[in-house]
Amino acid sequence: MIDRGVIASDAEPLRSEWNPALLAIPGRLVTTLLEWFGDIGEFSWKVARAGVSRPFEWRELVRQLDEVGSMSFPLVALAGSAIGVVLAMEARSSLTRFGATSLFPSAIVYSVVQEMGPIITGLVVSGRVGAGIGAELASMKVSEQIDALEVSAVSPYRFLAVPRVLACILMLPLLTVGADACGLIMGWFAQSLAEPLSFQRFIESGFKGATLNAFLPPTFKTAVFGMIVGLIACFQGMTTTGGAEGVGRAATKSVVLASLFVILADVILVKFIMVVFPT
Amino acid sequence: MSTNETASGETGVPSSVARNGTEAIVEVEGVYKSFGPQRVLNGVNLTVNRGETMAVLGRSGTGKSVLLRLIVGLQEPDSGSVRVFGQAIAGMTLDQLAPLRTRMGFMFQHAALYDSLSVARNVAFPLEHHRSDMARSERDDRVQQLLAEVSMEKHGSKMPADLSGGMQKRVALARALILEPELLLLDEPTAGLDPIGSAEIDELILSLQKGHHMAFIVVTHDMYSARTIADRLTLLDKGNVVIDGSFEELKNSDIEFVKEFLKHS
Repeated sequence: MIDRGVIASDAEPLRSEWNPALLAIPGRLVTTLLEWFGDIGEFSWKVARAGVSRPFEWRELVRQLDEVGSMSFPLVALAGSAIGVVLAMEARSSLTRFGATSLFPSAIVYSVVQEMGPIITGLVVSGRVGAGIGAELASMKVSEQIDALEVSAVSPYRFLAVPRVLACILMLPLLTVGADACGLIMGWFAQSLAEPLSFQRFIESGFKGATLNAFLPPTFKTAVFGMIVGLIACFQGMTTTGGAEGVGRAATKSVVLASLFVILADVILVKFIMVVFPT
Repeated sequence: MSTNETASGETGVPSSVARNGTEAIVEVEGVYKSFGPQRVLNGVNLTVNRGETMAVLGRSGTGKSVLLRLIVGLQEPDSGSVRVFGQAIAGMTLDQLAPLRTRMGFMFQHAALYDSLSVARNVAFPLEHHRSDMARSERDDRVQQLLAEVSMEKHGSKMPADLSGGMQKRVALARALILEPELLLLDEPTAGLDPIGSAEIDELILSLQKGHHMAFIVVTHDMYSARTIADRLTLLDKGNVVIDGSFEELKNSDIEFVKEFLKHS
C-alpha cells in the first residue's frame, strides 16, 4: 500500500522555471511545415511535367471526369439546394426587418453565385473526392501497385496524378454551376412558399444590372480549388507509408488539408477577383 | 565457388562482359543500404549474366527484396553502384529508367495486381502502354496465351479480388512476362502456393529458360524450388553475400551459416 504521507513529504515542490526544451516544439512544427511545402512543391512540379509529356492518358481522364463530376453531382446539388433554402429563410427575415424585401432576389443570386455556391462546392468535393483519391492512391501505394506501375515503365505521375488533378480542375467549375442552379431554384422555391413570385421575375430581378465580372470569376476560381484538392489528395495518397493505418491517415489528411487550403485560397481569390475584376 | 564476387567494369562503361565471356546483365558492386539506423545491405557484390538463373536466399530481413528493388530502380543505394544492361541506374529519372524497365519483368511478393482492372487487363496493361501499335486482336491473343501458360486462361474476366493468393501470383507472373523481358526479377514466386502450384511455377520458369535467353533473379525461401530452377545460389546474411555458387558448392561449404541454413531448409 502507498504511504501517502511519505510521498507528500518527499515530493519536490513544483517549479515554475522555463523549460528550454519547449522552444524546440514550434521549431519542429515550422520545420515540418516547410518540409511539407517543399515536398508538395516538388510533387506538383513532377505532376506538371508529366502533364505536358506524352502519351496522355485520355481513358483514365474520362474515368476520372466521371468519378469527380458525375459521382459528385448529387451531393453538390443537395448541398447547393440546402444553401439556397437556408439563405432564402435568413435573407427574408433580415430584409423584412429593414424593409428591403424587393432586394430579396438579388441577395439570393449574389450570395449563391458569388460565394456560397463556389465555396460549398469546393468543400463538398474536397470531402468526397479528396478522401476518395487519398484512400485509393494510398491503398495502391501500400499494396505496391504504384511500384508495379513504375516497374512497368509507366509513370505514376502521368497515369494516376495528372488525370485526377485535371479532372478536379475541369469539373469543379461545372459542379459549381450545378450547385448555383440548385441553390437559386431552391431559394426561389422557399421564397415562393412565403410570398408567391414567378421564377422568371425572380431571375430577372436577381440578375438585373449584373455584369459577367460578377459571376464568371467566382465560378472559375473553383478551378483553383480543384487543383488544390487534386494535388493534395494525390500527394497524400502517393506518399503514404504503413498499411491500413497509412491508408486511413492519407484519407483524413487529404480531406483536412484540402478543405483548409480551399478556404485559405478562397480568402485570397476573393480579394484578387475584387481587384482584377471589379463589378 | 566464388565468395562475395566483385563485378568487373567501371561506372558509366556500357554493357560489360563478365569474366567467363558472357554478357553481364546485372552488376551490383559494393552496395550499402540502410533504413534509419538499420543497415540492410552491407557492401553486396554480385553479377548475373544473360541466360543465367540466380536464386537469392537468406533469412527474413536480410535484404533480399531490397536488393531486387535496387536492381529495378525502385530504391537507390546509399553507396555503391547498380548497373543493369551496362547502365548505372542511380540517379536516373523515371523517363530515363523507362527504356531499361521495359526490358525487365518484376513479380512482386504479394502480386501487386491493379485492383481496378480485370485479370486480362492487368496482363495487357504493359502492352497497352508500350506496344500501342499492336493490333487489339494480337494483344488479346498474346494475353490469352500467357494466361494459358500460367493456367489462368479461364479467369481473364475476373477481378483480382476474386482470386486466391496463388492465382494472383500466376497473373503477376504473366504480367511480368508480357513484354518478353530479358531480365526477370521474381520476389518469392512460390511463397504461399500449394506444392503443385509451386511446382507449376518452377516448371514455367524452366520452360522460359529454355525458350528465351533470359536472366532470372529469384528471391526465395524455398530451397527445393531454388535447387530446381537456379544455376547459382547466393546466400545473404546480415547484408552480406555469404556464398555464391551452385547447390553442390553450397552443400560442400564449410561455412557454419551455410551448413545451418541448409540443415533447416
